[in-house]
Amino acid sequence: MNPSTLASPGLFTVEGLVGVVFLTMAAITLVGGLIACNSDRLVRSLSGLVICFVGVAGLYFLLNSPFVSMMQILIYVGAITVTISFAIMLAAPEEKRKIGPPSLFSGPLGFIAAALIAGGFATLAVKTEWTVHDKINDGSMKVIGLQLLTDHSMVFELVSVVLLVAILGALVIARQGREQ
Amino acid sequence: MRLTLINVIVAVVIAIAFAAVNAAYLVWAERRGAARIQRRPGPNINGPFGLLQPPLDGIKLMAKQLTIPGGADRILFIIAPILAMFPAITSFVTIPFSETIVAKNMNVGVLMIFAFASLGSMSLLIAGFSSRNKYSMMSSVRAVSQAVAYEIPMLITAITVVMIAGSPDLMEIVRQQSPSILHWNIFPLLGNSHNILMPLAFLIFFVCTLAETNRAPFDLGEAESELVAGFHTEYGSMGFGLFFMAEYANIVIGSCMTTILFLGGWSCPFGLFPGVWWFILKLYLLIATFIWIRWTFPRTTIYGLLNLSWKILIPLSLANLLLTAGLIKVF
Repeated sequence: MNPSTLASPGLFTVEGLVGVVFLTMAAITLVGGLIACNSDRLVRSLSGLVICFVGVAGLYFLLNSPFVSMMQILIYVGAITVTISFAIMLAAPEEKRKIGPPSLFSGPLGFIAAALIAGGFATLAVKTEWTVHDKINDGSMKVIGLQLLTDHSMVFELVSVVLLVAILGALVIARQGREQ
Repeated sequence: MRLTLINVIVAVVIAIAFAAVNAAYLVWAERRGAARIQRRPGPNINGPFGLLQPPLDGIKLMAKQLTIPGGADRILFIIAPILAMFPAITSFVTIPFSETIVAKNMNVGVLMIFAFASLGSMSLLIAGFSSRNKYSMMSSVRAVSQAVAYEIPMLITAITVVMIAGSPDLMEIVRQQSPSILHWNIFPLLGNSHNILMPLAFLIFFVCTLAETNRAPFDLGEAESELVAGFHTEYGSMGFGLFFMAEYANIVIGSCMTTILFLGGWSCPFGLFPGVWWFILKLYLLIATFIWIRWTFPRTTIYGLLNLSWKILIPLSLANLLLTAGLIKVF
């Protein structure tokens, strides 16, 4: 990419405002993730996760994909965090603080794994030739549905395999619990 | 670009004002309606017909001190009522009140309303957990399980309507119902769908709206006889006020959605003078039904509530979805 286009545009141009919105959303995502990982109480972690998901939804919306953004809120905030909250209610209704020594994975190993992933993404971001498209399509349900069932039907089928594995895993765990 | 931004800002300001005025005067209507049903006068001292009661109540609430119970999770305790109000206000932005009165019509309007509605149950959860109160906790557990159970048939029914209209755009859904009362999605005689089960779909959607907004006979989350006041037991002052406003704003949004999806939005039953007044008329008729139901039906039990959703509403709405899909393919 030509370096001159990377020069910071004025704040009150369209690019500048988009940049501000992008940075806000990225900051929301990061702060939510940090709260989710570092807070002592499970309910606070859950709230952090919600903030993180809303930030990601904002990024999708900024990338001109309202459908994916709304599904992000509907599925992740509306369904998955509510399911997690059920797990919290069933497991530990009293707010308990973290107990026990940190495991091996939370120290250096975790740091190395995080560094590897971050480094990989950073390399990918730098090495990729980014092309700036105009608006490709309106990101509506119809376009996404057609794309999923034609060009990306393989991915669509593979997702159902993942779901099958998840259901089988849940059944195995439930079965073990019944026999005990 | 700039016009859209100004549109949205104006719409948010109007939405906040609309929600606040509606909340205040729906409380008044609720109390007067309850009194009428129970054969007593109700609030009738302040102003004509007691119409000055809501502003006085508002001033009283604002003048009170906001207390935070010891042992509560302070941050979450303060965030919860704000989080209750935020999705309600946001949803108003995309609701088309008429062909021209809409802040930002989105091509995924239906999804947007339901996505933000699902944020509402998070606020109840956080309020219940952060209060450090057994009653609040039980209430939030109930409210969330209820919200999860009724979100499913509600979404399936909404998808049925989206399939009939062929678009999740709220304005497009209304336009397709515009010609006459026979094109409305509640009546299947003309238009895209010839599904005779659509009145049932309307009923399912209405029941789910009642349950999603925690209204009687499904108000187990704030069952006063068992749980003091439910998730907002520990809240006073405007914290309580915000929860109340959010409840009534949610009722208004639920009624708006019922109007748009099933009752033809701003269109007139006879094709005469379509406009925002028809929308308002349908909206307030539905809200009056909400109040009427609240004061004439006793509260259900939690098992009855969950059984109704999982064993009756979900299978029925799924069957309706399949039937509609088949009929759209055939005709």
